[in-house]
Amino acid sequence: MALNRDFVGRTFEASAPYEVSRTKIREFAAAIGDDNPIYRDKDAAAAAGHPDVIAPPTFPIVFSLSGAGEGISDPGLGLNYAMVVHGEQRFEYRRPIYAGDELVCTSTITEIRSVGRNEFLTIRSDVTSTSGELVCQAYNTIVERGGAA
Amino acid sequence: MAATIKYDEVQVGQEIPAADYQVRRVNLVMYAGASGDFNPIHWNERHAKSVGLPDVIAHGMFTMAEGGRFVTDWAGDPGAVVEYGVRFSSMVVVPDDDQGATITITGVIEDKLEDKRVVVALNARSGDARVLSKARAVVQLS
Repeated sequence: MALNRDFVGRTFEASAPYEVSRTKIREFAAAIGDDNPIYRDKDAAAAAGHPDVIAPPTFPIVFSLSGAGEGISDPGLGLNYAMVVHGEQRFEYRRPIYAGDELVCTSTITEIRSVGRNEFLTIRSDVTSTSGELVCQAYNTIVERGGAA
Repeated sequence: MAATIKYDEVQVGQEIPAADYQVRRVNLVMYAGASGDFNPIHWNERHAKSVGLPDVIAHGMFTMAEGGRFVTDWAGDPGAVVEYGVRFSSMVVVPDDDQGATITITGVIEDKLEDKRVVVALNARSGDARVLSKARAVVQLS
């Protein structure tokens, strides 16, 4: 079933700010096998000019879809999640994510399109500090296999 | 932000040496926990096969993370990455043995931009498959 195009432009906000902890950054770095001390040691991060340990580039995936989950699971959209694969992912960073950050995430469905038999849905997530400073933007494109058939 | 690589010392076309990243089942279990993505296709062979996959496959974001590691190891400071995007073009199949799968990543300086930024194009393969396409990182050099 084709996805409901009326969902393009809808915006979803995460229910609470995401608190970035040193422990979670360390856990994520360990999971990707990256032993870079900048992810673990405040002094190593300071030597590179950072106020605290920073997160690896793909870390925002941990929290950036927390608001959008509500949108893509809405029955009105018509997405069969069992057929979904991750198509594309992109991040644009204004500054690194630091331990201690409290991040607000607002996600918008920016595009739904058909490519052959598949449906492509793109979500842009704007990640800001609690004072409104833009930290990064994440663009997530998921593919529903056979959805356009 | 303090990349250890200097903009004036890199040339368009310059290659970044290949690196291999091993992926075993335990890595996928760790990644599931760390990322919160518990889709069973990434850890349950029975489920993966029931939905038509050859075996358990790695999270696309795990592969993307290894590409990120390749770039940040080269740049010297992960904070120097200003943009990073990929398309997931094929699966990384991870068998249940001691070897798992190997992701091999190479990179090339594709362009030099204003403000001492460069575009790094990545090529990621596992077995015969190209697992990332259109993989690009923009890095702030010093």
